Amino acid sequence: MIRLFANANYDFIKWRRWAYALTALVIVPGFALLLHRGLNYSIEFTGGTLIQLTAPHTDISKIRSALDAAGIHGAEIQSFGSDSEFVIRARLGASSAEQTSASSDATAIAVRQALDAGLGAGHYRPGRTEAVGPKVGRELQGKAFLAIFFSFIVTLIYLAVRFEWRFGLAAVLATFHDILTTIAFIRYLNLEVSLVVVGAVLTMVGYSLNDTIIIFDRVRENLRKFRRQNLYDVLNLSINETLPRSILTHGTTMATTLALVFLAGEVIRPFALVMTFAIFTGTFSSIYIAAPVLMYIEKRWPGEDARGARAYTGPVGGKDAPPSLPTPAPNKPKSLPAR
Amino acid sequence: MKTIRSRLILIGILVVLSVLSILPRQTAVRRIDPVTGQMKDTTDRLVPISLGLDLQGGVHVALEVDQSKGPVADCKDAISRAERIVRTRLNEFGTLDPVVQIVGNCRLLVELPGESDPARAMNIVQQTAFLEFRITDMKNVFANALPAIDKALKDAGVRSTSKAPASAVAQLFGSDTGKKKKTPADTAATDNTAGVLSSLLFQGQVPGEFLVPVEQAALVDSLQRMPAFISAMPRGFDLKWGSETVSRGARSYKTLYSVESKPIITGDELEKATARRDQVNNHSVVVFDLSRRGGRIFAEQTGKHVHDYMAIILDGRVQGQPPIINDQIGAHGQIDLQSKPLNEAMDLALVLRAGALPAPLAVVEYGAIGPSLGKDSINDGIRAGEVGVALVIVIMIGYYRLSGVLAVSALALYLLFTLAGLATFGFTLTLPGLAGLALSVGIAVDANVLIFERIREELQHGKSVRLAVDEGFKHAMSAIVDSNVSTALTAFILYLVGTGPVQGFAITLIVGIAASMVTAIFVVRTFYMIWLDRRPDLTTLSV
Repeated sequence: MIRLFANANYDFIKWRRWAYALTALVIVPGFALLLHRGLNYSIEFTGGTLIQLTAPHTDISKIRSALDAAGIHGAEIQSFGSDSEFVIRARLGASSAEQTSASSDATAIAVRQALDAGLGAGHYRPGRTEAVGPKVGRELQGKAFLAIFFSFIVTLIYLAVRFEWRFGLAAVLATFHDILTTIAFIRYLNLEVSLVVVGAVLTMVGYSLNDTIIIFDRVRENLRKFRRQNLYDVLNLSINETLPRSILTHGTTMATTLALVFLAGEVIRPFALVMTFAIFTGTFSSIYIAAPVLMYIEKRWPGEDARGARAYTGPVGGKDAPPSLPTPAPNKPKSLPAR
Repeated sequence: MKTIRSRLILIGILVVLSVLSILPRQTAVRRIDPVTGQMKDTTDRLVPISLGLDLQGGVHVALEVDQSKGPVADCKDAISRAERIVRTRLNEFGTLDPVVQIVGNCRLLVELPGESDPARAMNIVQQTAFLEFRITDMKNVFANALPAIDKALKDAGVRSTSKAPASAVAQLFGSDTGKKKKTPADTAATDNTAGVLSSLLFQGQVPGEFLVPVEQAALVDSLQRMPAFISAMPRGFDLKWGSETVSRGARSYKTLYSVESKPIITGDELEKATARRDQVNNHSVVVFDLSRRGGRIFAEQTGKHVHDYMAIILDGRVQGQPPIINDQIGAHGQIDLQSKPLNEAMDLALVLRAGALPAPLAVVEYGAIGPSLGKDSINDGIRAGEVGVALVIVIMIGYYRLSGVLAVSALALYLLFTLAGLATFGFTLTLPGLAGLALSVGIAVDANVLIFERIREELQHGKSVRLAVDEGFKHAMSAIVDSNVSTALTAFILYLVGTGPVQGFAITLIVGIAASMVTAIFVVRTFYMIWLDRRPDLTTLSV
C-alpha cells in the first residue's frame, strides 16, 4: 500500500511570513506590469473582429500586405497553433466606441474581401469569425466582475451558515488572494482574457474554496475533538491530516488540466493553463493564507471561548466525546498524538 | 442484504434511464433537398445531446433594434415580434435546429448550427429586416431642391471630384434616353456643371428615380451623410438606393430613389405572399394578401395615389423598379417582377410571407465557426479527455488498489450520468463544456479520495474494517457536501451572469457535481456493502 505523507507533521503555519513574502513577490510585480501595460482583453470584451483562417502557403507578411492593399490597417495578425493557421484581430478603438449601431459584421466582410483579392479566394479556408459590437463588450466586462462579486457574497453567506462568519471571511480572503495571483499569472504569460478565461478564473474560485473548505471542515472537527488545544496546533494538525487527500486530488485534477494544456488545442489552452495555475495557488492559499488569516481573525475578534474559533458549540458527548490529550506544550505541534 | 438489493435496484434504474436518454433516436430533420431545392423532412438517428456552435460549426448573430434613427418606443415588443418572424423565416430556409432566443430586454440571439455559408445566414436574418411601401417623389421635390443642395454642399467645402466632363456623360446618357422629356434634374445637371451632387445624378424612367454611375455611388453615399446635405434635403423625402444596377450603353448605373419619408404601409400588415408565373405574359409575379386593417389602410392610400409609383423598400433598399399603382388596391395585391427569374420572385415572396420586422435590426455580435474547425475541436477535446481520464484511472488504482477499482467503476457511471443529465435537460455541449467535463473527472474523484483517506485513518486508529468503512463515509460527508455545494453555488452564479459558452461550462459543472455526489457517495458505498457482504471474514481492506 502506497501512502504519501501519512502521519505528516509539518509546521505549516510557522512559514506563514515566508509565504506572505512569496505571494507578494508574485502579485506586486504582476500588478505593476498590469498598471503599465494592462490586460490583453479578447475582442469579446473590447469589441472588434476576429478571423481565424487556415492558409497553407502563406505567411503573416503576405496577409498583412493583402490587408494593407485593401486599406485595412492596424489589424493584429498572429499565427495560431500551427504554421498554416492565422488569427487576424481588429479591435475597436476607444474613438469608434460611438458607432454602437453600426453593423458589426462589416469589418469581417471587408477583411474577407481583402483576403480574396490578396491571397486568392481558394487559397485559404476561414475557420472562425467573430465580431462583437462595443456595447456587448462593455456589458461583458461588467458581467464578469458581477459574477466574481456575487460568488463571494454567496460563499460568505453559505460558510457563515455552515461554519461561522470567521471561517467564511478567511476562506473568501484566501480566494481573493487567488484571484490576485491568477490575474498576475495571466499578465506574466500575457494570456488573452476571453470569456473562457474568465470562466477559468471563476472555476478557480470554486476550486480554491473547495480546497479551503476541506481543510476548514477538518479544523471544525478537530476543534470539537481537542477542546484544549490552541488554534495554531489545531490548524497545523488539520492541514497535515488532509495532506494525503490534497496530494491525491490535486494530482488527479492536475493530470486532467495538463492533458487539456497539451492536447485540447489552442482555444482551450489558456483555460487549461489558468486552471493548472489555479491548482497551485488554490492549494497554497488554503494552507498558507486561509489558515493563518483565520488565526489572525480569531486573535482580532475572538470567538466564544478563549481559544476562539469554536464552530460547533452544541453538546459534545457520547461517541464524539473529546479524547483526553497527552498535554501538549503550546506551539509544539510535534507533541500531538501520534496518529 | 435487503438494503443492498434496493440500492442495486435504484442504481439499475438510474443506469437504464441514463442509457435510454442518450441512445441515438429517430429525429425528424428539415433539410433543403440539394436536387429540388425544396424543404424535405428526413429522419436521422441522432444522439440527443446537442453540440454547441463551437463544436459543430455554424453561425451565431446577436441583433438589436436599431435605435440610431430615432428611439423605438417599445423595443421589448419589437424584439419579440422580430423573434417570431425570424423563427418562421428560419424554418422555411431549412437550418437544422436553429436557436432564436431573446436575451435581456432588446436583444435577439440567433444560432444556426451547421450553417456553413455565413453570408447566406446573414442574409436570412438581416437582409429581410424591414419592409415598407412608399410613394416615390411624384412632384420632383428633390430634383427641384438639387441646386440648393449643391450650393449647401459647396458652402460646406465639398469640391466636385468628378473627373469626367459632365457633358460627355450627359451625351452618353442622352443618346440612350433621348425619348425622355427634359426634367428639372436634367436641367440641373447640364445647367450647373459645377454642381457637386447634381453632376452625378441622371433622371431615371420613373418619377423620383435617378441613375448614378456605379463608380460614383460611394461618393454619392458619402455626400448623403454630410450634415450640409441632411439639412438641405427637402422635408418629407428620403433618398434610398435601389437593389440593382442597370446598364445604359457601356456603363452601369445604380438606381437611387427619392421617396416619401412616410410609408403608406409597412410589412407587418402583410399576411400572405406567393410567387407564381403569370400565364398571360410569362412574368414572375408575387401575389400578396394584407390583414384586414392593412387592407383598409392600403385601399385608402392607394386610392389617393392612383397613377403614382410605389417603391417596395426592404431593409432600406428599393426592390426592383417601383410599380405604378393602376387602381385602388385593397387587401389583395400583386407585384410584377417582369422577366426576372421565378426564384427571385420566390425569394421576395418568402421575405414578404415570413413577414417584415416591425423595426430594423442591427447586428451587435456575429460569429461563424467552420465545420472542420468544430470537428477538430471535438477530436482534440475528446483526446485530451481520454488521456486525462486514463491518468486519473492509473493514479486511483495505483494508489488505492481494489478501492480504486471501485472508484473508477463509479467514475464510468459518473460519466454516463453526466451525459444523461445533459441530454435530459436539453443542455448544449460546448468546447468549454467539454473542458469542464474533463476537469470534473479530476474533481469527481475528490469525494472518493476524501472517503478513502478517511477510511485509512480510521483503520489506523485500529477500528475494524466494517466500522472503518462506516465511519469513513460518515465523517467525510460534511466536507464533501460543503465543498460541493459551494462549488455548485459559484457555478450557478456563472450560469446566471454568463453568456453562451460560459453558461455551457457552468451547466456541465453543475450536472457533473450532482452526478459525482451520487456516484461517489451512494454507488461506491453500495459497492463496499456488496464487497463486505461477500467477505464477512475480511480483516484487511485494500484501500
